[in-house]
Order: sequence, then structure tokens, then C-alpha cells
Amino acid sequence: MATPVIEVRGLRTQFGLKVVHEDLDFSVRRGEIVALVGGSGSGKTTLLREITMLDAPSAGSVRLFGEETVGIGEAAAFALRRRFGMMFQLGALFSSLTVRENVAVPLREHTRLPAALIDDIAELKIALAGLPPDAAERYPAQLSGGMIKRAAVARAIALDPDLLFLDEPTAGLDPVGAAALDELVLQLRDTLGLTVVIVTHDLDTLWRVTDRVAFLGERRVLACEPMPVLTRSEHPLIRAYFTGPRARAAAAAQA
Amino acid sequence: MPDAPPEPLAPPLAECQAGRVRLAGAWTVTALSAHGDPLPAGELPTCFDASALGALDTTGALLLVHAEGRCAGAVAWEGLRDEHAELLDLVRRHRHAAAPHADAASVGVLALLGRDTCRRLAEARDILAFLGEACVACWRALLLPHRLRLTPLLANVQRAGFEALPIVGLLSFLMGIVIAYQGGQQLRTYGASLFVVDLVTLTMLREMAVILTAIIVAGRTGSAYTAQIGTMRVTEEIDALRTIGIRPLDLLVVPKIFALVLVLPLLTVYADMMGVFGGMFIADLMFGVSFTEFLQRLEQVVSLRHFLVGVGKAPVFALLIALVGCYQGFKVSGGADAVGRQTTVSVVQAIFLVIVVDAAFSVLFSALRV
Repeated sequence: MATPVIEVRGLRTQFGLKVVHEDLDFSVRRGEIVALVGGSGSGKTTLLREITMLDAPSAGSVRLFGEETVGIGEAAAFALRRRFGMMFQLGALFSSLTVRENVAVPLREHTRLPAALIDDIAELKIALAGLPPDAAERYPAQLSGGMIKRAAVARAIALDPDLLFLDEPTAGLDPVGAAALDELVLQLRDTLGLTVVIVTHDLDTLWRVTDRVAFLGERRVLACEPMPVLTRSEHPLIRAYFTGPRARAAAAAQA
Repeated sequence: MPDAPPEPLAPPLAECQAGRVRLAGAWTVTALSAHGDPLPAGELPTCFDASALGALDTTGALLLVHAEGRCAGAVAWEGLRDEHAELLDLVRRHRHAAAPHADAASVGVLALLGRDTCRRLAEARDILAFLGEACVACWRALLLPHRLRLTPLLANVQRAGFEALPIVGLLSFLMGIVIAYQGGQQLRTYGASLFVVDLVTLTMLREMAVILTAIIVAGRTGSAYTAQIGTMRVTEEIDALRTIGIRPLDLLVVPKIFALVLVLPLLTVYADMMGVFGGMFIADLMFGVSFTEFLQRLEQVVSLRHFLVGVGKAPVFALLIALVGCYQGFKVSGGADAVGRQTTVSVVQAIFLVIVVDAAFSVLFSALRV
């Protein structure tokens, strides 16, 4: 069996006296779409930031593509970073650049392709993310919330990464836009062979898109199972999460 | 899911032989960036052989789709793997979507002139509107002083006034030293060292202290006003205030104007004292004018009106700095970039206006013979 794309072992995160993660294990195989769920404050975003080398864990090991990232050198981290893309919750587009320039930033930084080709690639990614062509020339302040998310996805996939992180991709989107973003994620995985990690609360996304769902609670991953298995779990936290009226409606829609 | 392709970094190759293009290696963004576009220039044969093609990503697919466009006719693909065909299809579909390139229509000089005129007129109208609103808000606060927001007012007094004391004091002291030193050397050659007192006290009290203080405050406080209000606009906090029913001007602008109008004259008085003290220090040290002599001479030279000419300008400058700072803050739209730009504009404009208005005061005072 191939090495997992992400392998987290014995992770511990502590802010002051508050322990967020303790002895947390989590792994993602190549080509999988895995969601991270859990109540607010269960450390989903923190875990994501530790996997993407934005924050260092207090203890434990995080391997990306089989390479240890805790205590990694500057050059090795740089090389690893170009193999994954990250979409931030609020887009985090550079406000002084147009959408096209935003998407071109990683390409300009990491490749020596000619400028004309970079512009072409950026436009292709913008189209792939489902934005209309005229969006390329606009500034982030001139975009709607849904378009910002799509532009952020376009920037995250600029370098054809092997691994894509999405932080709440459908939060704040209308149902049509959210469904379209779900389809986009599936399409990217199927055609580009991406591995995708999603932090989300969107139950429709969980049912529609994910192969497995990791449930964070009690400072660790309580379970990492496909949705149908996870929703039948006996664990009280997981039961509470998936038996609310909204969860039942989403499950019923899926059945 | 297929496992990792065998050689992801094999250089991309494209050989034209016998009426066909033979593709090989990895056509990925990494490989293409390292080795360059392998496709030969000019027209290409219409048969692409992809049986030896290794990895392919969207960048490689885009180049191949570009290459298809350079062929005389429709391209026949041979040995293309299913997932690669799918990727090429995906790129072709979305290339079409991106194709219509909206060229910016060329604009005539007259149109540019008209556009610029409209923009400037609109800006002039905005400034007048802001000035009017700020006046109304200040008037309301004066009529109903109990509604004046005391906490932000005092916080502004502390930040703009008290915390500026060290820098204002030090710079005025140094300015006094410089004026006394430079002027005193010239005066000494005429044996008129005592006149260093006139020189230092009159320049400090009438001009230097208030200008220096206003420039420091514009740089320290005016910029902070713009950045604060600008950031609040970006994060929609201003709109939130409006929906709660708090007038942003009442909360954000009025306390700032009152605080600065209160504080700048006080800072000017402090700068007066420190500047004169700097001059006194140098006069004693280098030109043999003792402190006692200096103070005696000072009493003869300086009358109340000299002091008032300087300090009287301070509230006007304070008003300018606060209004420009707040106005530029409200003009921010967009993101972090706009905050920075507007802050720069705010400081430049405030200092510019302070100096221009000071010149106007000089003309006015000389006409009035004060």
C-alpha cells in the first residue's frame, strides 16, 4: 500500500493551559476526499493549520507525502508547499491584485513559465473554478461572496497541487452556489486526481462529496468513516451532531 | 485510483517525425517550468501520438490544446489514455469559456478629460458634504454637551496629546538649539549676541513651535485616524454602527475633532517652552548670554500678541488635521491596500494644508500688522 498523503501521529496542541488536541491520529490516502467535522472549538481549523505548516504542533508528528514536517527546514518546506493548495475561509485574496493576478501569484513565484502562458493558465483555472471570464479583471472587493470562494479555489489549484485544503468552502453560499462548489470539488478530484481535505459544517457537502469523514471531539479524532457508517455511530457526541433536525433532513435527501 | 505516475519529472518531449508528433515524458507544470515548452514552432502535423506520454496536468493539457490550434486541420490522437483525454476535454471546454477576451476600448483624450473633471468635481462635492456633516455633528454635540461621548474624547486626548509630549518636547528643544546656534553665529560677528534672544523667542513662538507640532501630530495622529476609520470601513464596522443607530460621525469624528482642537494648542505651548529653553541653553553655552540676561531680554521682546499669534493658529491646524484624517478614512473602499494608500494621502494632504494655511496666516497678519 502506498504511503498516505497525510499522516498525523500522536499530535498534541496546547495553548497555555488549554489542550486542544491530545494524542490525535489522522491519515488521508491518495485521491480521497476527507472532511474534518466537529463542534465549534474542537480544533478543526487548528489541525488544518498544523498540517499545512502554518502553526507548529506542541508535540507529535505530521507527515505530508511521507515527509516529516515538524522541524522541517526552510527549503524543504518551500518544496512541500508547492505540492498543496489551500483555500482560506474568507478567501484571503490579495486585495491589491485582480483575480487573474491573484491566481498567477503562485505560478510566478514557483515556475519560470513565460508570462503569456501564466496568464493563460490563470484564465483556465478561473474558468475551471466556475467564474465568468470577465471576473478575471476584477478586484476582490468587486466580487460577491460566492465568487471570492471560487477565486480562492482557482488560486489554490493554480499549481496543479496533489493536495487541496478547503476551509469551509460552502459556508455563506446560496444552495445553488454551494452545490456547484461541491460538484467542482468532485470534478477536480476525478480529472486531476487531487486529494482533498475539507473543513465544513455543511451536511449536504458531507453526504455528496466525501469518501470519509473525520469527527473531531474530546481532543482527538473520534472516528474516520464514510458518512453512512459515521451517522450510525453510537458515540454520544457524534450522535448529537448527526441526529439534529437539519442532519436528518440532509440524510433523508440523500436516501 | 492509480498510484503515483512512474517518473513524474521526466522531461517533456515532442518529436515531429513522419507526419506525427510523438509526445513523451511528464507534461506537468514543474517539468515544463524546468525544461521549457518542447513543442517546435510553426505548423504541426495533425496526428498526435500520446502513447508514451507520462504525467499530464492542466498546464500540459493547456499547451497541447494550444498546439491543436496550430495544426492545419483537426487533430487525430493516438494512444491517448482515458484520464488524459478527459483532462484535455476539460481544458478545451473551459478554454472556450475563457476565449472572448474583452479588449479595453480605446478612450479619446476628450473622454479622459471629461472623466477626470467629473471625478474631481465629485471629490469636491464629497469634501463639502463631509465638511457639512462634520459641522452639523459638532454643532449637535455643542448644543447637547451631555450627549458628547466622553470616553472616546478622553482616550483621544491621551493618545494624541499626552503620549505625544516626549517627541514634541524633544524635537522643539532641538529646533531651539539649531535656530540659536545658526543665528547666533551670524549675530556674534556683529557683536550682537544678545539678539539671539529675539531670534529664538520670536521664531519659536510665532511660527516654528506650532508648525512643528502640527506636522508631528499630522504624522502621528492624522494617519492613525485614517487607518482606524479606513479599517473599520473595510470590515463593515461603520455600517454596523449605522444599523445599530449610532451615527459614525458622532462616535468617530466629533471626539477626534474636539480632542485635537483641545490638545494641539496645549502641545504648542509646551513646544514653545521647550524651544525657548533649547535656545537659552545654547545662548548660555556658546554666546555668553546667561539665563538671567536671556529672561530679562525675553520680557522686553516678547509681548502677549506674539504668543497668541502662534497658539491661535493651533486650533485651525487641529481642525484641518482631524478633518483630513477622518475624511480620508471614510474614503477607503476595498481592502488593506486602500487603507495604506489613503493613509499616505491623509498625511501628505494634512501637512500640505497646514503649511499653506500658515502662509495665508502670515499674509493676513502682516496686512493686519500684528
